[in-house]
Amino acid sequence: MGAVFRPYSPSDSLQSDRTSGDRQRHREKLREALKRNIADVISEQSIIGRGPDSIVKVPIRGIKEYRFVYGSNNPQVAQGNGDSEPGQIVGKTRQQGKSGDGKAGNQPGEDYYETDVTLEELVEIMFEDLELPDLESKPLRQIESDYTHKRSGTKQVGIRAHLDKKKTAKNRIKRRFVHEKIERARQQDAAPLTPEPPPVPADEQEEARFPFSQRDFRYHRHKPDIRYESNAVVICIMDTSGSMNVMKKYLARSFFFLLYQFVRLKYRHTELVFIAHDTRAREVNEDDFFHRGESGGTMISSGYQKALDIIRSRYDPSLWNVYAFHCSDGDNFQEDIPKTLKLAQELCQCCNLFGYGEIKPAGGVSWGTPMLKYFDEINEPNFETLGISSKADVWPKFKAFLSRDKQTPAYTGNIFDPTG
Amino acid sequence: MGRSYTLDDLQKWEARIYEKVQEFGLKCYPQEFEICDHVQMLGMMTYSGMPSHYPHWSYGKSFERLKTLYDYGVQGIPYEMVINSDPCIAGLMRDNSLCLQILTMAHVYGHNDFFRNNFTFDHTQASTVITRFKSHADRIRSYVEDPSIGQDGVERVLDAAHALSLQCRRNQAIRRLGRAEQIDRLLAEAESDRRDRVALGQKTANGPAAEHPDIHKFPLEPEENILLFIRDFNPRLTEWEKDLLTIVHEQALYFQPQIETKIINEGWACYWHREIMNSLDLPSDIHMEFLVRHNQVVRPIPGDINPYNIGLALWDRIEEKELGEARNHSEDRQTPDIRKKMFEIREVDRDTSFIRRFMDRETMERLDLFEAAPQHGDWVISKVADEENWRSVRDMLIQSVGLGGIPRIAVTDGDVDGARTLLLTHEFDGRELEAKYAEKTLEHVYQLWGRKVMLETRMNDNETTYSFDDSGLSITAEFGEAQYPSF
Repeated sequence: MGAVFRPYSPSDSLQSDRTSGDRQRHREKLREALKRNIADVISEQSIIGRGPDSIVKVPIRGIKEYRFVYGSNNPQVAQGNGDSEPGQIVGKTRQQGKSGDGKAGNQPGEDYYETDVTLEELVEIMFEDLELPDLESKPLRQIESDYTHKRSGTKQVGIRAHLDKKKTAKNRIKRRFVHEKIERARQQDAAPLTPEPPPVPADEQEEARFPFSQRDFRYHRHKPDIRYESNAVVICIMDTSGSMNVMKKYLARSFFFLLYQFVRLKYRHTELVFIAHDTRAREVNEDDFFHRGESGGTMISSGYQKALDIIRSRYDPSLWNVYAFHCSDGDNFQEDIPKTLKLAQELCQCCNLFGYGEIKPAGGVSWGTPMLKYFDEINEPNFETLGISSKADVWPKFKAFLSRDKQTPAYTGNIFDPTG
Repeated sequence: MGRSYTLDDLQKWEARIYEKVQEFGLKCYPQEFEICDHVQMLGMMTYSGMPSHYPHWSYGKSFERLKTLYDYGVQGIPYEMVINSDPCIAGLMRDNSLCLQILTMAHVYGHNDFFRNNFTFDHTQASTVITRFKSHADRIRSYVEDPSIGQDGVERVLDAAHALSLQCRRNQAIRRLGRAEQIDRLLAEAESDRRDRVALGQKTANGPAAEHPDIHKFPLEPEENILLFIRDFNPRLTEWEKDLLTIVHEQALYFQPQIETKIINEGWACYWHREIMNSLDLPSDIHMEFLVRHNQVVRPIPGDINPYNIGLALWDRIEEKELGEARNHSEDRQTPDIRKKMFEIREVDRDTSFIRRFMDRETMERLDLFEAAPQHGDWVISKVADEENWRSVRDMLIQSVGLGGIPRIAVTDGDVDGARTLLLTHEFDGRELEAKYAEKTLEHVYQLWGRKVMLETRMNDNETTYSFDDSGLSITAEFGEAQYPSF
């Protein structure tokens, strides 16, 4: 009696696809893990400044299955090449402090998965992390972009152009039906002995005229239909003076990137304005903003003045939701400070949210007067200052910044006065 | 490499192999072979060969890892996948050469015989295992589909249960005593203890109070089946939660013997595939390929332990000792009297006892087994199999094979301070637990027990107690006296 052979069957979906459900679930778990580590991912250089469709490779630490296991520092028995002597080095242990996982073999190692996500997805995950529904409940400043009318029911009076022909015709038919019934009943009452009136030949008698009555007429009723357009502009103001090095600019850029992605999610139409300043301010394009090196001193007020000018000329706050954010390393000319504070107040008046981020990489040397403490004097509800010192700071600080947006009621009136 | 054989060829070769299997006296379950491609093989490996298995994300993870290793060529696919069932089911990779298929079939019969005859497999009920796993899968799927439980509910329990699945009794051949029997035994021990002391002329009143054993202790004896203990004594678990714990425990018990007999079982299968292949009069090309493949499988892996290599070396050593000299396996055939002795060993041994009984100094030297300890970031050989140290290296090996790689942790108290706190005690044998894993696993225990849980162990030479309750983890270490600076 020999063995039973089951020949190969390629179409056996039970066999080949049996893992698909569990793989799917595992991928979902990895995605959750990605969500938890989103701050790390965002602080990775590679995702900033890419198009929304570009695919980002994100390393995710595998999901561990914990058990009681022995540590890696216990002596082990192994085989050698045949000439093992005491004192020989046979391998490297894992770095202490990094992870205590065992040496290759019987213990689970640290496994990493690379997942492809598009930037769009990543942004989505980011804002899931922010609990966006809260933010969306905030009324946005909207403008009437389109005023039209929409039909909504009928009414009995109106102008000829709005006549609802179908309804009118139906009403006439109904009325005629009732009328005929009444007529017939009357005739029966009048001649009870005549069983049936002789039918009139159809071609002999023209159909009795039954005109439309005023009561039949129906007209369309109209309601105004207003479409709203929500516009937002993100004004990125950055100090490009000599003291802003590549690292500081990178941190600033990460922040602007997040802010733009966030605003873009909430509004139908979002524009970006870049203002670079040292002692003077200029509106520049994105590339120059991040890459053109500058030198010289710093007059923060110049940047704010430029922002106000641009808002006045192009982005009327009654039509636009303005988000302004300024990144600097906090060095400013002492004489410029009072003016800066005044202009900052003004910016608060016309922005949904205005923020100041002071970028101080740890260990950096700085001169001048950090602006953070001066800005503490501003008590506007929609003003927020934050200090960023490393990549890891960017996401938590950004969340804190937006939580300010959550708390503040929307700016609704037009306090802004163009004349200054 | 094209496939140069047909199903007919396989059947013909199988018939010849089976002839040899009977001739050599192997007692096997009926055998079934399934021809599969590499994706199906990976699928089989993911679920340990089980044709139906309950779903859980960890199997998805396992599949991805296997596939990555395979795709990058880090690890090939093993030639065979065989499961302990009656009939015994094995997969044959369709892309393998004819030689590999013949070799695999012969190897599978070795495993098949081992499954059927080794004592550690006695409790696995091979004839019903397929249907039992199917029933587990059906039940778990029904819980997932139950809207009041759902996938998250099932996963919560399964994740925790998987963490503890291997924390169970080590030898299923020893009957577990019921509580009444445990009390009887305790009383009997106390009684004989008392008599001994009376016989020694001691006054019972002066001796330590041993004559009244605490029969209200709960559990009376340390309980290694942690999942079952939780199932039976956490009153707040619902029926489906209990069922999940039962399923995970039963499946772990089914796989336990395979962990326990890795070396002896692989050695046995290698020994018999070699014997069968050598007796088949293979055409020379197939025979040459067989020699290459065989040596690939049983070669030592420096810096690691290859169970095929060690297992085969031990079986050969047993044979060598019986014969008085090593046999030329390709020329001389095995004699029946040796066979009887070997059949007996394959019935009554598992890795630990197999190594303890048959690993001698000469074999250890041949295998070049050594003990290495970490030193300044390197693994440095501390002991080799010389006259002075071979026993301690061997004992270290025994300690790490089979279930020895899993820390012994038992429930020693299910009602600490009368507050239903669960106390787990790690039986410390010189090896410390991995702290991070211990903490996370304890959290899983807490999830299942629902009340405070504690773990006693040793960390950095100190008695350490981890506890986990609703406020999270806390660790207390009792510093040994050596830790205090002396003035």
